[in-house]
Amino acid sequence: MMKKLAGIVVFMVGLLLFYGVSNVDDFPGWGDPDSPANASPLSQYFITDTIKDSEVPNMVTAVLADYRGYDTMFETVVIFIAGIAIFAVVRVSRNNSPVCGGNKDDEPDLIITTTCRLLVPVIQIFALYVLAHGHSSPGGGFQGGVIMGASFILVAVAWDLDTALGRFSEKAAIACAGLGIIIYAGFGLASMFYGEEFLNYGITHKLLPGVESPEMARYYGMLGVEVGVMFTVTSVMFLIYGLLSTRGRMSGGL
Amino acid sequence: MIFELDVLILLLLIPAAVMALQIRDLLAASMAFGIYSFLMCLLWAEMGAVDVAFTEAAVGAGVSAVFLIATVYCTKRKSSD
Repeated sequence: MMKKLAGIVVFMVGLLLFYGVSNVDDFPGWGDPDSPANASPLSQYFITDTIKDSEVPNMVTAVLADYRGYDTMFETVVIFIAGIAIFAVVRVSRNNSPVCGGNKDDEPDLIITTTCRLLVPVIQIFALYVLAHGHSSPGGGFQGGVIMGASFILVAVAWDLDTALGRFSEKAAIACAGLGIIIYAGFGLASMFYGEEFLNYGITHKLLPGVESPEMARYYGMLGVEVGVMFTVTSVMFLIYGLLSTRGRMSGGL
Repeated sequence: MIFELDVLILLLLIPAAVMALQIRDLLAASMAFGIYSFLMCLLWAEMGAVDVAFTEAAVGAGVSAVFLIATVYCTKRKSSD
């Protein structure tokens, strides 16, 4: 009964949505330069002045890490809180909860481990490339961090979680998650230290060696905060995987 | 933007979304969820939003699917409702 009722409601909402979007003339065309989003002075400013302000060709990264730096900083904090919340809810200290998954004594498969041995370094270098090249091509701290975290997850899947924890321990993961936010906020505080606003990296050219102009300081400031984001995202992704795949025991499991 | 490709991806999205919600086998449901994310990633890449597509590919299709599968591994595979 309830299912049928829910089905009717969903169908009605679907019809309403179809009715809402049926009048095509209400919407701007795809990529229309005169649409409200594209014609606003702010968008025009980002398109024309990003390269002058910060020497960053990829304006998405410039908006994300500089113009909208607060937003990205607290996004990183949200990811950190998500990791800590899952840790607080799932982690058990006593090892008497039932083991989930297969037999821990199983030898890891030779073909899989050999392939992973070849793949993991490539994945990690690609993650660093995505991080470092986020200014001039799509990418950045979040994507690089997820790819880096995935490489550790791959180690945990191919061998077992204890092997992965031997390379990146639970304590180190939590410490790195916090360190990432400290790096991000540290760049913000460094610019405050020289009398500018929080996260206004332009002034840090007095601090960074070999950086002459405020524009290049913005460039390197963005790279710095992306490194912070990457630290947090990598460790939180690995931590969440470890906790979910072992029912919070952080040993054995998948 | 290629209109035909758009329509094809959007048509594939609907069965993927329905499958992710309706299927009883939770492992298959997580895979359907991953397929949905990947199709969204294709859609974004095709519309020119490469940064968003990259994030969707890494987070949605990659790590989220792994998290879901890892969680299914610790519970029953069959949904009871």
